[in-house]
Amino acid sequence: MAHVDVDLKNIQEQFTFGGKLKKNVLLIGGIGVVLFVLGTIFLMMGGGHDDHHAAVEHATEVASAHSGDAHGDAHGGEHHAEYHWWQRIIVDFWLNGVFFTGVALLGFFFFALQYVANSGWPVLIKRVMLNFRHFIPVGGIVLLLTFLVGSHTIFHWTHDGIADPNSSHYDAIIAGKVDFLNTPFFLFRLVLFICVWTFFGFVLNKITKAEDADMSGTTKYFRKAQRISVAFLIFFGISESVTSWDWVMSIDTHWYSTLFGWYLLAGWLVTAVAFMSLFVIILQEMGYLKAVNENHLHDLGKFLFGFSIFWSYLWFSQFLLIYYANIPEETIYFVDRLRSATYAPLFFTILITNFIFPFFVLMTRDAKRKTMMMKIVAVVVIFGHFLEYAILIIPGTLKENGGFGLTEIGSGMIFLSIFLYLYFSGLSKGGLIPQNHPMLEESVNHHT
Amino acid sequence: MEKNTNYLVGVFGDEDIMIKAVKALRKKGVNIYEVFTPYPVHFLEDALGYKRSWMPKAAFGFGALGTTCAILLQSWIMGFEWPMIIGGKGFIAIPDFVPITFELTVLFSAFGMAGSFFVSQDLKPHKVPQIFDRRQSDDKHIMAIDLANNKLSEEEIKALLSESGAEEVNNKSFTEKEKKGNFFDYVADLFTNGVTDSARELKG
Repeated sequence: MAHVDVDLKNIQEQFTFGGKLKKNVLLIGGIGVVLFVLGTIFLMMGGGHDDHHAAVEHATEVASAHSGDAHGDAHGGEHHAEYHWWQRIIVDFWLNGVFFTGVALLGFFFFALQYVANSGWPVLIKRVMLNFRHFIPVGGIVLLLTFLVGSHTIFHWTHDGIADPNSSHYDAIIAGKVDFLNTPFFLFRLVLFICVWTFFGFVLNKITKAEDADMSGTTKYFRKAQRISVAFLIFFGISESVTSWDWVMSIDTHWYSTLFGWYLLAGWLVTAVAFMSLFVIILQEMGYLKAVNENHLHDLGKFLFGFSIFWSYLWFSQFLLIYYANIPEETIYFVDRLRSATYAPLFFTILITNFIFPFFVLMTRDAKRKTMMMKIVAVVVIFGHFLEYAILIIPGTLKENGGFGLTEIGSGMIFLSIFLYLYFSGLSKGGLIPQNHPMLEESVNHHT
Repeated sequence: MEKNTNYLVGVFGDEDIMIKAVKALRKKGVNIYEVFTPYPVHFLEDALGYKRSWMPKAAFGFGALGTTCAILLQSWIMGFEWPMIIGGKGFIAIPDFVPITFELTVLFSAFGMAGSFFVSQDLKPHKVPQIFDRRQSDDKHIMAIDLANNKLSEEEIKALLSESGAEEVNNKSFTEKEKKGNFFDYVADLFTNGVTDSARELKG
């Protein structure tokens, strides 16, 4: 083979997080805070407050407010959604928590997958994948706090008496699911999954760092990481599915889709790959990852292209079955989104950003190998999937009071800034390229 | 009278040496006809200076044709020829058409690609294979140089090949008939000589 002349002994690079990059990451957060505060002020001024409701009544009813959930259907919409500006803030926090925790998890999943798949090409950028894990515990805390503060706003099934036949707002469908969807079990699952994912991240990180230090040329660490990755993947397969039911699908409690676990996985995964490509490009522009060439970028581009199609495939499969079957309680999910002046434009936007744009732009080989193209597509895909998660979460919680505005964009930028900060500061602890990895040479000589 | 095409065939045992030889020969202005390797060798097409093929464009074209055909076919059937309401939707309900449109797009582009490949590689039934050296499918890398297509003399190229590490340098010639692999000639042969193994095999 025509080997690339790289000295494997001196391939190690040490990333330092600072200077312009740190400034930019903080700038994103700063702009986010400004937008978020502005958006909040607009929300407070713009009402969303039913004036004919007495303030006292609010204070007592806030905890058990119906928060304009799907419950209105069962009662023929007798109470027009009570809505407070802070409900939208809570939903925004939930949206960001779900989105960024999922992206962090799937980025880390992609790392573990490379071990199980025994793949050699990504060794040079394995640390880029591994460090996604830093956001998982933080995202878990955000989700936990948001749930504790605003569970009634987000989840209709958390209301008291919803499973009680004597209650005024008894809901037979939710009562049938109460063994699974109840607050203690939900919290147990949330905490358990976050802890186990974090634990696996910690262990795998420790193994790759130990591999760096061991110069004896053993494959011991590689094999160990492979076994642990297999265990992680099995746990991940189950927990990711359950997570998607918990965090997103149970918002629309009456509705269910049997491929929802896959569907959310596809959305998170394509976003994680987009972030990965972006990080590789950023690091290369800063002068790191010298051994990474356009062939590695090409492979990331193929994954970005492929998973975009995979997402579209699942999105459409879910839609088509419901569209064909025409079952009223199922189609309501899409009717809410397609026949609403607020959500319908966003709904069609995600098809353009998440399918049509990446599909046509990344179709040729050359486009996947060009840094500029990959950058543009990655940014569009990340934004598109953030919008997609907003469409999944906001209509079910806020009904007609929601939308995609300053608070969503602002909070998204704040979380993005935290995500990037944790990512890059994690990346600066330890080398940028795994050393003594048995497939390092294969990765350096990667050619597509 | 039959015209012969003469080739110079370099046999290499190591892919690294072979790639270096390809680079060295191209630097000297030698026009390499083709390199045969028993397995895919990375960086070889870069060394040979091959351009990207037009196959992906053909695939896209056939795919687009498939999409068009699928939409027209379904619209015509479901909307005009045999109007039918399914699931309470309109006659021409686009979401219903997506799966079949997708499948026909894939089918057209797959068959179109296969066809394009046969055409571009001049593959046809009973095409006589040009075998420069039997070991090209075993353990050797074979470099063929068309002598008529080169400015340098045979001796010069021979020297260059051995210099750059060829284990052997052989001569190989095909008659015009063998090179083109005329299908009708083959059929004629079949009728006159009958099917024999040697009919498909080349001398040497």
